[in-house]
Amino acid sequence: MINITEVLETNKMIERENFDVRTITMGISLLDCVDSDLHALCGKVRTKILSRARDLVATGDEIGADYGVPIVNKRISVTPIALIGGSACTKSSDYVEIARTLDECAKQVGVNFIGGYSALVSEGMTKADELLIRSIPEALSVTERVCSSINLASTKQGIDMDAVRLMGQMIRELAGRTADEDGLGCAKLVVFCNAPDDNPFMAGAFHGVSMPDTVINVGVSGPGVVKAAVEECRGSSFEVLCETIKKTAFKITRVGQLVAQEAARRLGYPFGIVDLSLAPTPAVGDSVADILKEIGLEQPGAPGTTAALALLNDQVKKGGLMASSYVGGLSGAFIPVSEDQGMIDAVKAGALTIEKLEAMTCVCSVGLDMIAVPGDTSAATLSGIIADEMALGMINQKTTAVRLIPSPGKKVGDMVTFGGLLGYAPVMPVNSFDCSRFVERTGRIPAPVHSFRN
Amino acid sequence: MKKAIITVVGKDTVGIIARVCTYLAKNRCNILDISQTITGGYFNMMMIVDYSGSANHFSDMQEDLNGLGGEIGVEIHVQREEIFEKMHRI
Repeated sequence: MINITEVLETNKMIERENFDVRTITMGISLLDCVDSDLHALCGKVRTKILSRARDLVATGDEIGADYGVPIVNKRISVTPIALIGGSACTKSSDYVEIARTLDECAKQVGVNFIGGYSALVSEGMTKADELLIRSIPEALSVTERVCSSINLASTKQGIDMDAVRLMGQMIRELAGRTADEDGLGCAKLVVFCNAPDDNPFMAGAFHGVSMPDTVINVGVSGPGVVKAAVEECRGSSFEVLCETIKKTAFKITRVGQLVAQEAARRLGYPFGIVDLSLAPTPAVGDSVADILKEIGLEQPGAPGTTAALALLNDQVKKGGLMASSYVGGLSGAFIPVSEDQGMIDAVKAGALTIEKLEAMTCVCSVGLDMIAVPGDTSAATLSGIIADEMALGMINQKTTAVRLIPSPGKKVGDMVTFGGLLGYAPVMPVNSFDCSRFVERTGRIPAPVHSFRN
Repeated sequence: MKKAIITVVGKDTVGIIARVCTYLAKNRCNILDISQTITGGYFNMMMIVDYSGSANHFSDMQEDLNGLGGEIGVEIHVQREEIFEKMHRI
């Protein structure tokens, strides 16, 4: 039987170390909502989402109360909208109508984000994909809860540089349209290489076409718990350190597995995956950067950071994999700047640069995330940064992503505030040498060779 | 059997266990295990109870015990047992 030490340990994680289940995300296929009439399509989308997700928020809260563990977010992901709107949308503003419908549904069922305003274009854009991409600045500025993601590249298909160039322009335009909120719109937009179909985390969640009709995915978190555990083994060998992280990740993920199974059972839809990520929040003690410091770095960005992060990411996966029957999504450590107090401090201290963050993305989950850059950063430079990150993902066969916020009117060192879980960030300098002749080349970068790996 | 874990944390005082047990008996909850420690003057108690005989809804029991905790001046939480079982047992 469970003993008092174990009970107190679990409750200490929840009460003092910010342990929570970050999200229950319901994935809903909208493929059966396709219609050539936009009005009819939006009606079908509304009916389907409202009926499927009607009890999502209440059930999530109920499970949280039963187990005494906070379930912070309840969210929805849908089939990439470029696929759904193809036959009904003849202009970008038609896609914006679908975005508005999604936003209304999100508000009605009470979820804080709905993801899937997406297109998958790693080997080129269809007319529908391009219309959706061009609609993003308007769609994300007139809606509140819609998140958008574009998959621009993959290991097997290469990088669609035409789409990379277009995304640079769209990010700038979106920042301009949400200038009064420091470019907040860009926090709801992410571009991917090798995007997973079952990621429950925003802004990149969408419901892949290979998935069943409706599915429950869960994302767990707990950087504070890992940090507290690592504190206990200060000065120990790497073996002890790695074992500690692995065991902690196991415990955290087990709760995710429990919540996922319970949510699936209560809602009556299949359990998809548990995403075992360390996702920080701006709250003190909920920081991935603090774990890196505890491992032995003065600040993230110091020499050794990439190795420490690689170790952390790998142990989290090793511990988590055994704890859940199905693991998926992004699974690993996230290193967003604005959502992690330790990262913010490191940038302020001058320890962390975009270039170092880029290196860190080679060994951890996802990529250049929630980074504020100067408002006058050109579209070409944004595209250049995206292309670099896509190349890292493509060559190394991993998911990488970019979520940059060129905050209008802001300069290096200024602070940009997004609020809530999105946090705040100091504007970071970007390399100002020009890459426009590279970005202006048309077409795509071919998929890499899969042999001669060196 | 439906198991719940009740934890009581707070300043030690006379009658904490008695009052919690009285409530549980009234609501036909069977106590399977009790353990307690006092660290730094703070009282930590854990009970494992079987609430399958209770007519109350689980959330009502949580609310009632939470209220009782308020009266005594301690914090009482009720959680379903599976979260601990999952985390600490393979």
